[in-house]
Amino acid sequence: MSAVLEVPDMAPGTEEGIATALRNAAAPLVIEGNGSKRGMLRPVQAARTLSTRNLTGITLQRPQEMVISARAGTTLPEIEAALAAHGQMLVAEPPDLRAMMGVAEAPPPTIGGLVAANLSGPRRITGFALRDTVLGIRFVNGEGEVLRSGGRVHKNVTGLDLCKLLAGSHGTLGVITEVTLKVGPLPERTATLVVPVADEVAGVAALSAGLTSPYGVTGAAMLPAGMSAGGIEGPAALLRLEDVEASVTYRTERLRAALPGSRVVEEVASRRLWSAIRDVAPLHSQAGEAVWRVSVRPSAAPGVAAALRGAFEARLLLDWGGGLIWVAGPASEETHAAVMDAARDAGGVFTLFRAPEPLRAVLPAMPAEVPALAALSARVKAALDPAGRLNPGRMRPGL
Amino acid sequence: MIALPAPKPDVLGRRQEILAGLRALVPGDGVISEALRLRPYETDGLSAYRQPPLAVVLPTSTAQVAAVLRFCHENGVRVVPRGAGTSLSGGALPLADAVVIGMMRMNRILDVSLADRLAVVEAGVTNLGITKAVEADGFFYAPDPSSQLACMIGGNVMMNSGGAHCLKYGVTANNLLGVKFVTIEGEVIDIGGTHLDAAGYDWLGIITGSEGQLGIVTEVTVRILRAAEGQRAMLAAFGGIEVAGAAVDAIMASGVIPVALEFMDKPCIHACEAFAHAGYPLDAEAMLIIEVEGSLEEQDALLSKIRDICARFDPISTRVATSAEESLAIWKGRKGAFGAVGRISPDYLCMDGTIPTGELPHVLRRIGELSEAYELGVANVFHAGDGNLHPLIMFDANDPESFHKAEAFGADILKLCVEVGGCLTGEHGVGVEKRDLMGVQFTRPELAQQRRIKSAFDPEWLLNPAKVFPLEDNPALGPILAATE
Repeated sequence: MSAVLEVPDMAPGTEEGIATALRNAAAPLVIEGNGSKRGMLRPVQAARTLSTRNLTGITLQRPQEMVISARAGTTLPEIEAALAAHGQMLVAEPPDLRAMMGVAEAPPPTIGGLVAANLSGPRRITGFALRDTVLGIRFVNGEGEVLRSGGRVHKNVTGLDLCKLLAGSHGTLGVITEVTLKVGPLPERTATLVVPVADEVAGVAALSAGLTSPYGVTGAAMLPAGMSAGGIEGPAALLRLEDVEASVTYRTERLRAALPGSRVVEEVASRRLWSAIRDVAPLHSQAGEAVWRVSVRPSAAPGVAAALRGAFEARLLLDWGGGLIWVAGPASEETHAAVMDAARDAGGVFTLFRAPEPLRAVLPAMPAEVPALAALSARVKAALDPAGRLNPGRMRPGL
Repeated sequence: MIALPAPKPDVLGRRQEILAGLRALVPGDGVISEALRLRPYETDGLSAYRQPPLAVVLPTSTAQVAAVLRFCHENGVRVVPRGAGTSLSGGALPLADAVVIGMMRMNRILDVSLADRLAVVEAGVTNLGITKAVEADGFFYAPDPSSQLACMIGGNVMMNSGGAHCLKYGVTANNLLGVKFVTIEGEVIDIGGTHLDAAGYDWLGIITGSEGQLGIVTEVTVRILRAAEGQRAMLAAFGGIEVAGAAVDAIMASGVIPVALEFMDKPCIHACEAFAHAGYPLDAEAMLIIEVEGSLEEQDALLSKIRDICARFDPISTRVATSAEESLAIWKGRKGAFGAVGRISPDYLCMDGTIPTGELPHVLRRIGELSEAYELGVANVFHAGDGNLHPLIMFDANDPESFHKAEAFGADILKLCVEVGGCLTGEHGVGVEKRDLMGVQFTRPELAQQRRIKSAFDPEWLLNPAKVFPLEDNPALGPILAATE
């Protein structure tokens, strides 16, 4: 059951408008930005939508302080362009998943939506998920109170860190109205080492060799056999270096010496390749298919890949040194069970990113929490949204 | 003076019974109740405040921690978690009716995986102990608080500790994969794991930096990183704090992120030089220590770039270390800064506000003016790249008026930090020290929201009460007493 559009969406242009809408809400609401991830997780049990898409604009940009603040509805391309004008970028490299979600023509993802889903790209392995770069947040809780956490400085341990709690809560704990993010310098040069490998075992070993080297690898992905991205054909392990020119040249040579048979892709070609991996383009997911994200310890990735391929016709893309496995395949309760089993057996977790709506309504979108944690989830939800107005059922039934 | 909740008379009255209950759960010498042996636990790194606890328990396993918490919960007994007791904000200050749970006996390294770049350790392993366990293989654990020789990873998680090198590698929160978490009800929950970015609410994120308000962490899974090929430091000395601040901005805007960028003002330079003989320029008003990483050639390239930037700001001198030994000598003064100030003043208070880096000159000027108004010396040393200030206010603890002036001076500095867009604490935590200033940074609804989340974990407010949140309007805490210093 999705949003039935008999009543118009609410999309106020001010934070106070969002707060008023929540204070006056008589029934639960779908909370979203541009709706590019509407097909993710479970369908929300609400009839009316409250959107942040009209809360737009960059409110603070201080290149020398490495921060940017923007209202939640500001889109990813706008923020990337504003940063690039000052030679900067988003550290966590958040993805644009529209094509993967089958909504390539939808408006681009908003920064509020990306933070609410805590989506990070290949550069996550350097230590910073999108949630790690959220320095400050403004949000409205379920009762319509405008609240802040964090601020605009890089180090801040004042009080409970609600920035992280809100990031990844998919709009179920509060409506994010503005975020302040840590940014980083655009690299002077980027290059990728393409290492031909026989299979996932060899691929993850090559990625591990890169990540345990002293050369500061900022991307470690693998294209399995049959996959291609940016003109590179799998099976291949990919290791990215980004830094000042002299460092990239030096480190590329050292890594090449350590990984015989590899070749180097530079600059534009390298950027095109990683943008495809960031956006999960190589999976070419189709309507009627499902897409899952599995997080495991990297050394478990080859086993997960084998288990999934044994269960169904799974197409895979590995990132984060093997710790992140994107999976595409036929959408059914059986394939979903196979993904759940493979993630659990490897000591990891899964998230359902895409599936036809009837299936999403009945399948768990992420692993169940143990009873003690489920009780905490319910109490924390009640602490922020006692009336259950925000995105009910989006992450789990009843939450 | 700091106000604390009145001890619960029924708990004090049942002390023998509670001790017997604890001894049944933690056998051997794991329960401390004799006055003399409680002394070491009556304070932490904020030694101005002292309060012996009801008892100290030193569990050796997660099961014991869970049993003790369940027992305390059932008996309405307050609990104060403690690592090495190095908190500079009074995070481990006991209460008269509280059981201190000390984690120092849980000090085993349980697993190291270089292939997965992680280590699983018990909460009582020291910060440096993690690096020691993996450095032979070329790895390290990145956050490096000054107390890293003593402070424990469990405490680091609870305070979200930083350090000089978090400019590049981030703070504790950015270097965790999972924790074993025990609730006040004694439930043991595995949060996160050996993978990145677990699905569901970000429990790891809300627990990290929660200052013992939500539960106790008994095991921690951290990311370990391969160390760079080498690192080297340089010094740049300037004739004024404004130009030094401008140089910091220019370095940060240049696209080169040093692994560390430290700032010292004149009083601090003098104190450190007298202590470390590091060759610091005594005629400078401000000095930067800048460290870069990489191969020797990469270090040369980066340091020359940074030296060129500094040259635009009319430095008195710059000095690039030519060897690892020279680098260590440069760092020796900085790492010993707190001790060095301790040599020139009987006592000092270490502040920890963070400001937007563009506000550095203004804030340092104001701190100088406040120093004159309060007639107390101050030495400034801080992580300039991220704006995290550490003004060291010098006073004499034997003179109550001097101490009260130092506290008021510190509060004024922190209010100033908030006023210019910063915050009360960058890495030391709120504890008891900054508790009553929380209203400067947060609105009443914001504090009420944080308290409701605390209550979701700990409805009866038994976990580390009297810290972080102002005491007023909180029926869960009962009557309030003004405790002795």
